[in-house]
Amino acid sequence: MEKIRYERPVIFKMNTGLMNKFGTKTNNEPVTHIESVPVKSMLSQYGSPLFVISEKQIRRNYQNALRIFKTRYPKVQFAWSYKTNYMNAVCRIFHQEGSWAEVVSGFEYEKALYNNVPGNKIIFNGPDKTDEELIKAAKNQSLIHIDHYDELYSLIRLSDEHNLKPRVAIRVNMDTGIYPKWDRFGFNFENGQAWNALTRIVNSENLQLVGIHCHIGTFMLSPNAYAIAARNLCELAWSVKERFGIMVQYLDLGGGFPSTNTLKGSYLPGTDTVPSIDQFADAITDVILTYGFTQDELPLLILETGRALIDDAGYLLGTVLATKRLSDGRRATIMDFGLNSLFTSLWYDHKISPAQKNTNQTEDMVMFGPLCMNIDVVRESINMPMLQKGDQVVVHRVGAYNMTQWMQFITLRPNIILIDNENETHIIRKAETLEYIQSQEITPEHLK
Amino acid sequence: MRVRKNIATSEEGFLFNPTIGDSFSTNAIGAEIILMLKKDTSLREIADFICDKYDVDRSLFERDLEDFSAQLKEFSILE
Repeated sequence: MEKIRYERPVIFKMNTGLMNKFGTKTNNEPVTHIESVPVKSMLSQYGSPLFVISEKQIRRNYQNALRIFKTRYPKVQFAWSYKTNYMNAVCRIFHQEGSWAEVVSGFEYEKALYNNVPGNKIIFNGPDKTDEELIKAAKNQSLIHIDHYDELYSLIRLSDEHNLKPRVAIRVNMDTGIYPKWDRFGFNFENGQAWNALTRIVNSENLQLVGIHCHIGTFMLSPNAYAIAARNLCELAWSVKERFGIMVQYLDLGGGFPSTNTLKGSYLPGTDTVPSIDQFADAITDVILTYGFTQDELPLLILETGRALIDDAGYLLGTVLATKRLSDGRRATIMDFGLNSLFTSLWYDHKISPAQKNTNQTEDMVMFGPLCMNIDVVRESINMPMLQKGDQVVVHRVGAYNMTQWMQFITLRPNIILIDNENETHIIRKAETLEYIQSQEITPEHLK
Repeated sequence: MRVRKNIATSEEGFLFNPTIGDSFSTNAIGAEIILMLKKDTSLREIADFICDKYDVDRSLFERDLEDFSAQLKEFSILE
């Protein structure tokens, strides 16, 4: 006789009181496949935990965002934000689609060159650029976005010394009505610093002013903030045109569009609350198109969107190591991935699905990672089927920042695989080994 | 390990403690175990019965039964 499917015995105290009007149906549908590839087979072939990236989803996201902007504005260029995910395979998908590179360090700049991005299609942002890096970027005709006066004067000096004609823009910070106001990067708009910096560039002998840049924040939930930013950049561009007779070639509105992840503390899931890319595109393009530039003068609109293009193309697959009960009666589930690999669990209540059919019974639980550290919490409270040791789960929307901000801490970082357009899987970053980690260490002779 | 005499139970897994007014619900397997406990069935016999009827490894069920009975004690359902 066939035995009945087992489910752990469980008892709940029934509470009376008002219903929670924000309560939503718990969605615990199992996710057994990603792009037609079984989760179980990926985990058995590549080990657990495992990061999975869908090439199809990246291309869908990119083409969708490009279509949204191009149907509203004639000249649009995306530049892939390397810090969001600089796996070479990921960068190359974006570059194949037509994306330039947006980098914020010499390391990322070299990665972009390695990925065959022509120098003049690399945007070099950030406060940290050495003299050597500035010289190289200037020689390559990259777009150097100046962050502070020290950098501006370094560039003027280096241009004189090395007879360079760097193509530059300034990063502008401003009050767009959002909190916190980002004012640590670039030159301030309201107090006139940005205008002074632009004037200094135009009056320099060698620097070519080609654009104006801003990046007003991250995970922005207000399209109107982009409208304000676009208006301020247009005002600067207009003033440069009026005063110096130079029309800048581009306005770079930076990144910051949110993904549909749910920020911690949100009442409703991100899928219900996050504005669509269409709304951001409307806000930005309406301002530029109606500002007063002639058709010929309209600047190229550059966007450095990262998170919104990659987050939902990334998954983290993992396995239950153990379940236990805490002293206050709560169920605890210990996973084989934690803060070390899923850095974004500090910001998001990630959606996590079971990877196998479980019974309909669910329970609230705390989901911990495997680290022997109290802070290693993946979800403070999540309603899941009654998981048991060996069960597998899928964490959604992990494509942004995890594969760049993850930590080699206590344990080793896992494989990352790519599911290509034909649903073939490829390792794009090998799991770390003890030898790999120790190869950078040197033990002094007297300690051997 | 016995279920308190004043606890009302149903076969569907609903429990009521009339002394303090608390009510509880269990899943199907939980209801089966509570009914067996009411009949003074030993934990070993419960494990034999469940492992025979359900597709479960005995060591896993023993861990789960340990946890379940701890919960029953916590809720003052067991004496």
